[in-house]
Amino acid sequence: MFGLDRKDLTLFLVVVALALFAPFLLNPFPSDSGLAQFNAGYPDLMQRFVIFGIFAIGFNILFGLTGYLSFGHAAFLGVGSYAGVWMMKLLTMNVIPAIIISVIFAGLLSALIGWISLRRSGIYFSILTLAFAQMCYALAYSVLTPITGGETGLQLNLDDPRIIGASQTAEGNIPVPHLFGLEMNQTWQLGMGGWEFTFSAGYYLAAVVMLVSFYLAIRLFRSPFGMMLRAVKSNQQRMNYTGLNSRPYTLAAFVISGMYAGLAGGLMVAMDPLAGAERMIWTASGEVVLMTILGGAGTLIGPVLGAGLIKYLENILSKINKGVLEQWFAVMPDGIDTFLVTIVYPFIGKGWHLTLGIIFMLVVIFLPGGLVEGAQRIGKLFRRTRKPAATDDPEHHPKPQPHVGE
Amino acid sequence: MGILEVKDVNKNFGGLKALSDVNLSVRENSVHAIIGPNGAGKSTLLNCLVGKLIPDTGSVMFDGQSVLGRKPHEINQMGISRVFQTPEIFGDLTVFENVMIPCFASRDGAFRMHAYEHTRHETDIVSMAEQMLADVKMLEKRDIHAASLSRGDKRRLEMAMCLVQRPRLLLLDEPTAGMSRADTNNTIELLREIRDKRDITMAIIEHDMHVVFSLAERITVLAQGTPLVEDTPENIKGHPKVQEAYLGEAA
Repeated sequence: MFGLDRKDLTLFLVVVALALFAPFLLNPFPSDSGLAQFNAGYPDLMQRFVIFGIFAIGFNILFGLTGYLSFGHAAFLGVGSYAGVWMMKLLTMNVIPAIIISVIFAGLLSALIGWISLRRSGIYFSILTLAFAQMCYALAYSVLTPITGGETGLQLNLDDPRIIGASQTAEGNIPVPHLFGLEMNQTWQLGMGGWEFTFSAGYYLAAVVMLVSFYLAIRLFRSPFGMMLRAVKSNQQRMNYTGLNSRPYTLAAFVISGMYAGLAGGLMVAMDPLAGAERMIWTASGEVVLMTILGGAGTLIGPVLGAGLIKYLENILSKINKGVLEQWFAVMPDGIDTFLVTIVYPFIGKGWHLTLGIIFMLVVIFLPGGLVEGAQRIGKLFRRTRKPAATDDPEHHPKPQPHVGE
Repeated sequence: MGILEVKDVNKNFGGLKALSDVNLSVRENSVHAIIGPNGAGKSTLLNCLVGKLIPDTGSVMFDGQSVLGRKPHEINQMGISRVFQTPEIFGDLTVFENVMIPCFASRDGAFRMHAYEHTRHETDIVSMAEQMLADVKMLEKRDIHAASLSRGDKRRLEMAMCLVQRPRLLLLDEPTAGMSRADTNNTIELLREIRDKRDITMAIIEHDMHVVFSLAERITVLAQGTPLVEDTPENIKGHPKVQEAYLGEAA
């Protein structure tokens, strides 16, 4: 079905189910319980999960398949955002043209940067992309202020032309991004017992786009083109002596992943119509590298998992403050509670980066294949415990050997 | 007129004269060996043929067309395949994928964007690769990673990857270097089969006299960057100049 293998199809259907039921799955705790702050099922965060998922899926097409580590992918996301906002300023508040123009602009910029940077490989390639991304950031932050809004960022105004559609609503407000009339910030609430579930139009648009991008990525991974990209990573010398030109292959992969980043930028604008230079800064580029490695570079689902984990930590851990900690440890005897608060405090709130760093180190050292490898190992563990029982054959079983120490 | 014509090729590295006035003609559908002591310029000559190095002067013509200034992938597309001294394969890919990639290169050229259809649905490529793997008796290993093959199997796979493209000229750089006696004999067997079954021209650079004399129809002896003699194996064996420059020293 869908032209996928059974294994890939299962994976895809699981992701479809996760994406569609995310408002339930991410809200496991009743809204009035103390654990409600671990709920991630609110539209703003769910949108971030899928949008950064798209960003990481695209990055993985370049890094996971060809092994070229780009340190400048945030530039494409940023350019996509700016292009999207301009579309909403000039043409219409419908999100479709904004998203399309984001992808196109990110594709053009990545073609230019890729064409230059791909002359080198390894660390030199990474540095070149980093340099270009920082140039883009500097341009957006100061030089191109008339286009990008400089340090205040690019926002919609009441006097924007918006040729199709209105400059302002009847009430004199800035119109809201919409999909053929369906406003992106529209939500529906569903109360069930103590639970409160929120369904947002914006999230579902982003989720559907993510599913389409994920599907296309699976197709690419299994296609001859995907195989060639893995060949680039494996042995470029052999590739060239086999009559294949590796340059256009890497450039195509670079542009495709740049377009994914632009798509993510366009969706951000569709959810919240503003863009700022900080989206292009180098830490934003580094973040997508972390997501991909944390989840598992070169795997299909890994980058999405990595993006989800990082965005969850960023939004949930950073919201815990000292007061919450004191509340948690209040049951402990005096002295111990203050001790525990002091120990845990650096890892929460603004210190969430410390937690992320520790998790990243542990994953890289013990699970080089990322979270996906972790899942595979757990799966293998279960299979191994089941298997010997099934193939127990008394005829062909080695006799129990006495232990060497006996 | 041979399929490969090397004329007055010179190559210097700094002050070192690696090749001086090399002339070589490889006849179509023959096996031509190039032998010589260490540092004779054998590998430099080979690198000039495949576009890795550009000679300072002289010409290299393949089938009437110059190969000089062309990139390695363009030279391959002209019909020249190369087997390396240490097998160069796609280690992270499966054996089957390793053979499919050259099939795609032959069919689609140096670049083609086919990013949507499943690789398995390219039935002509799949059957071509399966046939090739069956020919080299590796079909049962199709799904293992190429990096985990034994040295002899890696060599076998690399040759399969070259042969599946049906090259007109196959260049082999010490195909048996570092191999056990058994693996060497297997490789000789394989190369003999290839020679007898297909219309292919082979140029072999080799250290091992056993390999050279069991395969080659013509032998060129290179010493200090210049060809000493070119003759049949029988005549080379007894040639006093060769004995002096190479065999005598080796014996």
